[in-house]
Amino acid sequence: MAHTEAEVLSGLAEIVNEETGLAPEAVEPSKSFTDDLDIDSISMMTIVVNAEKKFSVKIPDDDVKDLVTVQDAVDYIVKAQQA
Amino acid sequence: MPTLQTPAPNRFSRIAGIGGYRAEHAVPNADLVGPIDSSDEWIRQRTGIVTRHRAGEDVAVLDMCEEAAVEAIANAGLKPEDIGAVLIATVTFGTPTPSAASALTTRLGTGPVPAWDISAACAGYCYAIAQADGLVRSGTLDNILVIGVEKLSDFIDPTDRTISFLLGDGAGAVVVTSSDTPGIARSVWGSKGENWETIRMTNSFLDLRDDRETPFPTLRQDGPSVFRWAVWDMAEVAKEALEAAGIESKDLAAFVPHQANMRIIDELAKQLKLPDSVVVARDIADNGNTSAASIPLATERLLRENPELHGGLALQIGFGAGLVYAAQVIVLP
Ligand SMILES: CC(C)(COP(=O)(O)OP(=O)(O)OC[C@H]1O[C@@H](n2cnc3c(N)ncnc32)[C@H](O)[C@@H]1OP(=O)(O)O)[C@@H](O)C(=O)NCCC(=O)NCCS
Repeated sequence: MAHTEAEVLSGLAEIVNEETGLAPEAVEPSKSFTDDLDIDSISMMTIVVNAEKKFSVKIPDDDVKDLVTVQDAVDYIVKAQQA
Repeated sequence: MPTLQTPAPNRFSRIAGIGGYRAEHAVPNADLVGPIDSSDEWIRQRTGIVTRHRAGEDVAVLDMCEEAAVEAIANAGLKPEDIGAVLIATVTFGTPTPSAASALTTRLGTGPVPAWDISAACAGYCYAIAQADGLVRSGTLDNILVIGVEKLSDFIDPTDRTISFLLGDGAGAVVVTSSDTPGIARSVWGSKGENWETIRMTNSFLDLRDDRETPFPTLRQDGPSVFRWAVWDMAEVAKEALEAAGIESKDLAAFVPHQANMRIIDELAKQLKLPDSVVVARDIADNGNTSAASIPLATERLLRENPELHGGLALQIGFGAGLVYAAQVIVLP
């Protein structure tokens, strides 16, 4: 079952919360993972792997660096679900 | 046709003694951050490394081997002449042939025993244990001296941000002997050749021969990719090794992963759902990543600091350039 954009955003916020302790509301679409949310690339990998499991998608290593903002990640996951 | 006679008695193998060599110079993060525009805080947060130990110019791979080996042989209650083979895991000996192992036989005064090196980077020690286990159980050899040793400081570039600041020097040694009871469970090992370049050298020695302007080969890696593989793929390998041993994580006394990065160690422990009773080796903070030496060195320290672990079960897992990996459950010496 494909998740809607809103579901992906809230699911991603939960994953970020679990990894970093950040409040889910703080995970806004416009925020940059590194600059605004202070997530380093190692935590980012953990978030990516957990998102792969949650949304049943594949996010190859080389694509991870393109996921700059939360919206980038949401778009990527929504698109990958359709693939 | 007569049936061939084989040694194959029904016997097991175990690790009987352990020894380590820790390099002399403790190098704090502050000494390395200048040329890579980094900071103590950055390195601690990403890797958990506070210092790494490096050997001086006057200390060679064979010197480190010798110190660790003498200690391991004595700790096993043996003498050099009892050693049945010498097996060295290293990627930093510097001379492709002849091997470090054959040179070490004469230094130690073993007999003219089989001696060879293996190249499996940070998985090298666990690869060597897998080989030694099979050779001892089959009755082919006994009392195999297994060493993991690296002088990584010879293959780093101080201006490289990807790996050099993680690395240290050292050696760890054990003796694998025959045993009446199982002391080494079946190894789970393998490779992922498609990621041959994920941890790599900048160039080969042949490039250097062909063009003297080529810089001396040093190590590089794609850190985030290695992190992902080391945690999620290796967690599955670690679980397989527990299954191969017929045990569960609660049966372990200790978990000794390759000391690459504290975040990898913590995340692996989380993935494996290790109960608090399992002591996790965290030598990385003081000793950095010593590649093939990291698991025996971390084990040696665990046993020194926690004597109650002697005779307990430990899960060890090595992983690194290749990419290659090996894991097995052992009874601690
Ligand atoms: C090597 C490692 C510490 C790099 O950390 P990282 O956060 O993944 O680094 P990245 O390459 O994603 O870079 C992230 C940022 O930090 C910067 N950076 C990279 N290396 C840096 C360093 N040594 N010091 C300071 N900053 C550094 C980058 O320039 C980048 O900044 P930018 O986004 O402004 O460009 C980390 O990936 C790691 O330890 N991985 C495990 C690898 C391992 O243990 N290998 C051994 C296996 S045997």
